[in-house]
Amino acid sequence: MREMSFAGAIEDALAQAMAKDSRIVVMGEDVHMLRVNLFARFGKDRVRSTPISEAAFLGAAVAAAMAGLKPVAEIMMVDFIAVAVDALLNHAAKLERFSGGNWKAPVVVRTACGGGYGDGGQHEQCLWGWLAHIPGLAVVVPSTPADAGALMLSALEHDGPVVYLEHKLLADYWLDYLGAGGRKSVSFDVPAAGAKGPVPDQWESVPWGKAVIRKDGSDLTIASLGVSVHRASEAAEDLAKEGIAAEVIDLRSVAPLDIEAISDSVAKTARLMVVDEDYKEFGLSGEIAAQLLERGLSFRYGRVCTEDTVPYARHLEDEALPSRGRIVQAARTLMSQRKP
Amino acid sequence: MEPDLFMLYRQMLRSRLFEEAVMELWNEGRISGEMHLAIGEEAICPGVCTQLRDGDALALDHRGTPPLVMRGVSLVLLLKEFLGSPDGLCRGWGGHMHLFAPERLTASSGIVGAAGPTAVGFALAHQHLRAGAVAVAFFGDGAANQGMLMEAMNLASAWKLPAIFVCKDNQWAITTRSASVTGGDLVARAASFGMPAVEVDGMDAVAVWKTAATAIARARTGEGPSFIKGCCLRSEGHFLGDPLVRVARHPISEITEIAPPLIKAVGKFSGTTLAARAESLMKITELIGTTVKEQYLVKDDPLKRLRDTLGAQKKECEQIEEQCRREILQAVEDALPGR
Repeated sequence: MREMSFAGAIEDALAQAMAKDSRIVVMGEDVHMLRVNLFARFGKDRVRSTPISEAAFLGAAVAAAMAGLKPVAEIMMVDFIAVAVDALLNHAAKLERFSGGNWKAPVVVRTACGGGYGDGGQHEQCLWGWLAHIPGLAVVVPSTPADAGALMLSALEHDGPVVYLEHKLLADYWLDYLGAGGRKSVSFDVPAAGAKGPVPDQWESVPWGKAVIRKDGSDLTIASLGVSVHRASEAAEDLAKEGIAAEVIDLRSVAPLDIEAISDSVAKTARLMVVDEDYKEFGLSGEIAAQLLERGLSFRYGRVCTEDTVPYARHLEDEALPSRGRIVQAARTLMSQRKP
Repeated sequence: MEPDLFMLYRQMLRSRLFEEAVMELWNEGRISGEMHLAIGEEAICPGVCTQLRDGDALALDHRGTPPLVMRGVSLVLLLKEFLGSPDGLCRGWGGHMHLFAPERLTASSGIVGAAGPTAVGFALAHQHLRAGAVAVAFFGDGAANQGMLMEAMNLASAWKLPAIFVCKDNQWAITTRSASVTGGDLVARAASFGMPAVEVDGMDAVAVWKTAATAIARARTGEGPSFIKGCCLRSEGHFLGDPLVRVARHPISEITEIAPPLIKAVGKFSGTTLAARAESLMKITELIGTTVKEQYLVKDDPLKRLRDTLGAQKKECEQIEEQCRREILQAVEDALPGR
């Protein structure tokens, strides 16, 4: 076991994979700087800096994957994927079906997401529900260094397109790049267990589409992912003091969604709360409820999500994003309702 | 036509002093997130903005503060916005990358290249609703490689819209040298869309003003769009805390941090050839070298250039300088009383 930062783990796992498989090529804006260690070790042909032309290089990455490469295309922030989403929506995600199962595009789209550092609504979105809505697209969101590295390997092993989302509050270099900028005069609520933690000596992938239980409990199920897993775990500690035992599930993957794991837990607790930093309406939180209802489960339901455009001002942003306080309050409300 | 040099100097100085005040507040931690300053671009913005009138529209990028300052938006409202105040220009929802002033038809965006289509839309509305009005897009050389910007130029040309595309070429696309990721020449590229495309000295406010005057007159009379490119500086990096600028300014502390993992990576058994690894290290060294040169050796400054031109009129200049200083100090005091 080693200790590693979240970002360090991604890079370490990626380097391990690149050393083994020469088809893996990293491409994106500024990668000679952002991935300077990989750039120095693997050279400019495998760590390719692109112009600010997301539509061109993401579209190219998809086709390069079709022709035998394994590109890791980097969209600096998931917000910017809007400029290039056609490559995923109409091409990468459709290929397997359109070709009658004869052709796939194993492209990994690595992109930073999430808020909590005051950069405003065009730079702090999550959008995983929006992307997972598209059939044929896998979307993973790690919350710990161990998962960050392992899920990068899982994404590289997957035979179709994967969007790999890296939360900026967990990735120290992004937070420094965009939030601190070398300043000591600002601070951020970084979940310690997500930013740094134990990782294996040799990276191995994790099973595709499997959630993990971060904390056992019998009164209430909290399903979450990314930074919100840590907020939920902190809230669960507060709730424990009030005698409420919350079970915290880290989904790790939006698509495929491990509905089995949520269903097993909710069958036990009959109370579900989804904590989702992505937008509330028409997204992951509603989808989980719908799938459980389709299975015939009866349960009380609540959700803590981002409900509007993420505000720029830090105090407004703190209110907008799922927080420990909001989760505790929502859990109390849920617990006050009779079990169905 | 000749511009009023004192008016140009005043606008450039207001912009510079305002952004310096913003930089101080950001360093104090009062402004959150990224901060992209336009210090070094001051000859280009006023060369265009001082010729705009009511009804004209502006589409801005992530360095959109100076055009708003020059168009007369309240400095206090801008500062309060950056400070995240509910009394700010956008009630604390936008921040410096997302500034909107509807009464001046001015919209900014943090999405690189978005100014192109925005200016085209403003120009289209002008064609229907405000004959004689123009729409200006400000963007960088990095943005010039965005598909939407090229599509926007084509559309403006095909529809003969009153749009002016202004490329502020600082030779950088974030921390990538633009030349290393750009094919062909940007002026020739714009010209190929069938519009007048001109290269101007982007450090010379008077030259920009004259070139812009021609483009604006053409747009006002319904003759269609134009493209102007001027080379300028990016003294404060892509944003405050730019990693390359940090290395240039604090080499020992920064290199101590960057070097160990880099040396470890270069020394790994598997990877590319030694020659290719050396090439990568050379490229990083080159980028740092270019940044050091820009930080310490380039003495050019658009503001100083105009001040030198006005050299003989010392008294008038000093009066402007004093007025601008007082205006900015007062704005900071009003936005943040008793700081």
